[in-house]
Amino acid sequence: MTKLVPLFLKLLHSPTRLNLCMRTRAGKWAVCQSGWLAVCWLLFLLNTSLFAASPFEGPMPSAAQSRIDELVFARLKTLNIPPARLCSDGVFVRRAYLDVTGTLPSATEAQTFILDHSPGKRAALIDRLLARDEFADYFAMKWGDALRIKAEFPINLWPNAAQAYHRWIHDAIRDNRPWDKIATDLLTASGSNFEKPPVNFYRAMQSRTPTGIAQAVALTFVGQRADHWPTNELANLAVFFANVAYKATGEWKEEIVFFNPAATNTGALNGRNQIALFPDGGTVTLSPDQDPRTVFAAWLVKNPQFARSLANRTWSWLLGRGIVQEPDDFRADNPASNPALLDFLATDFAASGFDFKHLCRTILNSQTYQLSAITPNPSSEAAANFAFYPLRRLDAEVLIDAVDQITGTNETYSSAIPEPYTFIPSDLRSIALPDGSITSGFLDQFGRPPRDTGQESERNNRITAAQKLTLLNSSVMHRKIESSRMIVFQTSPGRQPTEIVSGMYLGILSRFPTAEEQQAAQAFAQYGVGRRQAAVDLAWALMNCTEFLYRH
Amino acid sequence: MSESYFNFNHQRPRISRREAIRRTLLAGSGLLLADHIAFRAFAAEPTARAKAVIQIWMWGGPSHTDIFDPKPETGYDYCGPLKTPLETNVSGIRIGELLPLLAKQADKYSIIRSMTHGNNGHETASYLVQTGRQPGGRTVFPCAGSVVSLTKGYDAGYKGLIPPYVVLTEPQGRFDEAGFLGSKYRPFATGGDPSKTPFAVEGIIAPGISSQHQKDRRELLQHLDTLAQALPDHPQVVANRQAENLAYDMILGEGAKVFDLSQEKQELRDRYGKSKFGQSCLVARRLVERGIPYVTINYGGWDTHKGNFQAMQRQLPEMDKGFATLLQDLGERGLLDSTIVWWGGEFGRTPKVMWEEPWNGGRNHWGKVFSAVLAGGGFKGGQIVGSSDAKGEEVKDRPVYPVDLLGSIYAQLGISATTQLPNPEGLPTFVMPQPADNIKSAGLLHEIMSA
Repeated sequence: MTKLVPLFLKLLHSPTRLNLCMRTRAGKWAVCQSGWLAVCWLLFLLNTSLFAASPFEGPMPSAAQSRIDELVFARLKTLNIPPARLCSDGVFVRRAYLDVTGTLPSATEAQTFILDHSPGKRAALIDRLLARDEFADYFAMKWGDALRIKAEFPINLWPNAAQAYHRWIHDAIRDNRPWDKIATDLLTASGSNFEKPPVNFYRAMQSRTPTGIAQAVALTFVGQRADHWPTNELANLAVFFANVAYKATGEWKEEIVFFNPAATNTGALNGRNQIALFPDGGTVTLSPDQDPRTVFAAWLVKNPQFARSLANRTWSWLLGRGIVQEPDDFRADNPASNPALLDFLATDFAASGFDFKHLCRTILNSQTYQLSAITPNPSSEAAANFAFYPLRRLDAEVLIDAVDQITGTNETYSSAIPEPYTFIPSDLRSIALPDGSITSGFLDQFGRPPRDTGQESERNNRITAAQKLTLLNSSVMHRKIESSRMIVFQTSPGRQPTEIVSGMYLGILSRFPTAEEQQAAQAFAQYGVGRRQAAVDLAWALMNCTEFLYRH
Repeated sequence: MSESYFNFNHQRPRISRREAIRRTLLAGSGLLLADHIAFRAFAAEPTARAKAVIQIWMWGGPSHTDIFDPKPETGYDYCGPLKTPLETNVSGIRIGELLPLLAKQADKYSIIRSMTHGNNGHETASYLVQTGRQPGGRTVFPCAGSVVSLTKGYDAGYKGLIPPYVVLTEPQGRFDEAGFLGSKYRPFATGGDPSKTPFAVEGIIAPGISSQHQKDRRELLQHLDTLAQALPDHPQVVANRQAENLAYDMILGEGAKVFDLSQEKQELRDRYGKSKFGQSCLVARRLVERGIPYVTINYGGWDTHKGNFQAMQRQLPEMDKGFATLLQDLGERGLLDSTIVWWGGEFGRTPKVMWEEPWNGGRNHWGKVFSAVLAGGGFKGGQIVGSSDAKGEEVKDRPVYPVDLLGSIYAQLGISATTQLPNPEGLPTFVMPQPADNIKSAGLLHEIMSA
């Protein structure tokens, strides 16, 4: 082992030695390999020779092919910022899986996609991913953050209600219910927190006063932090929620949310008609015969800001930052980086009948989304105008799920206050956890949001030295890799070194290795400490690469 | 009236008139009077005498009458075979007969024999003793280690690579040390066993991977990190590289060094004892030496419902060695003046022995009165605070409540009682409870705090 690293460095750095070795290896393969591996080999030779810069890039984007691209490229042109190249197929398959399903592609899925030569394969993959169960799991996780789905302090939904609420959101996303309907259901629901899950919208907040509810509504569906609003405007919005009432039942932790026309909160109807002001200044007469929440919901879903805030949130989930950034902080002094783009997305989303999958599909099929992360100019202006795909650390849940998928291991979860009726199957993936109170040491360390405020910024994806220690050197990671089914499979008798390296690259980084990487990995293995240890070391190295830890 | 009642210099919580009246009534009844005195002591910023705390946490509840509060006069039914306490190097102070080394260090520590809270549940009493708060409230408070991590850690300019709050070796579980402060203030638990070679510190020292192997792997990683090579100046890549370098400074440098006990003389290692506890004491000294402000040694095995005396005979010599050598070693290195050593558990144990089956000489939980020990960091040695009654069953004089002990430790560390804690509900919450919290207090341990 000691002598091996300098040796393989020499291999890497001396062109003569490298070429010589490649020839030798190529000769060996000609004897022992046939079929698809030869194809792969050709393919990555092709990859490296055509786009010698990196295995990450494809051709330059062509002239704009969609409305999104027209608007983004036009803006970049005015700013004199050239866009990045398009990403390679290997990058695309990984990116699309992670962004649409929060899940790593399997080695076979990655390989099948890369070797597929049909022209519309990216669009076809996007459609397949939007239909997968993990799409609903992953976006239910995102909405779970925004809606604060959490059993314990400070939200206190309690376990059964958190589970029911999560299930409801999950199914709505799975069934692609229109978002005007989802929002209306959440805003107007009445009944038991167990039987009518959307009523939990009114329970999942730290302050259940009319003002507190108004702030939660503004954050969730208007994309604004109402605590910055002038007091009178917040009070105007609160009027629509002043008749929301809560009562307990005989059932443990059951709670009824209902419309109480006789409520006496400030701004409440208290049995009388009242004139109320919408946030856009329009007026309406509220009467005790009608729940003001219904009036508000009907107004909200027709207001352009509703579509804008949801379109912006979705864009930020897929492209790493909002057109308005933070995505839930629309303010006059925080303008959109590309207003025409935001208008287009919002109008198109509304015209589609608030079809969330349509919105995702439109974004994912754009060249803008498919740009490479490789850029000579990572300036903040280029980033704000989407000149390249932004690198960002995987979400805590996505990262540990990816590690578990590769190694065939599971997580152990716990809840601060264990609840006897919550059963967590041992193979439950982190993205599918229903309740923010159910957690693990890994999820805490990697910045999973506590779901206390519902703000997007609660999620902390900044890398720390402590996280690095966990990934590089913790007993948990060592154990996962050591016990990995992948290592057993890859080192089974008869597998050739090239197959092993390619297989591990496909499984961990979702692409074939370049010739140089294949070479370096084999050099490491051959002078090392035996086949199994070499495979373990390679898996460890690939799982600690920037490419593995970051969306790219 | 509220103006004068609370003599705080700043961050005085706003209280309503009704609340103010309620408090006056309570103060009149004497319930809050002691608190009042305790809190007034903090009106000014306390002067820091100590820089660090080593907490020897006797998880399970150690038997006070067998250790620091012997009662030989009570006879066999109470003290079993342990009937001949040792005289210490401070005249008039006697301790349990299985602690000959600690008997020679009594001038370095003070024994509190009147700790009390009346709670007999492990989790609840643990919470009480380490947070000073009543369990069961809506808010989960942080324990002393997390409070020190907040006030002396990275937010306060601590720059060390090793996290400011370290637990040797396992966290207690069932008890969230950081409470509402959140995971950032939880301790770094080393895992592993310092009496084994290597001491497998979680994330830092991986058994079976030599440092050469670590270096080789790192080189492999760097050469295969193709994306980082393609984007060397990208801010995310730079941040990732910096974090990785810090991690390797721990794995190959500072971390590996601090936890490498082979750097100590064998003779000293033997003096600490070859046990996990003994070697943990040595690691704690090494950590404090490098500026880590709070180290907890979680020392289990004291929940002696059955076979108490066998457990004492087995474990006390080990504790004696580790604890006494720690005091001596800190003293010799001039670290004791700036390091508080706090020994104690969540409660004591039933003074009357249960000889019958199935206990066979066991002792149950006893929260009415128990002992704690404080040394160093501005606490005087060779003193006794308070006392238990003749049988060790009740406080006889000078009760000491958990908050009094914690408050005294905070004072020695220079942490103001009115330092605000970031409460998630935005409520005004302070390091020390407020009179309105109705926490029992009998005042700080002024009798053993240097003037």
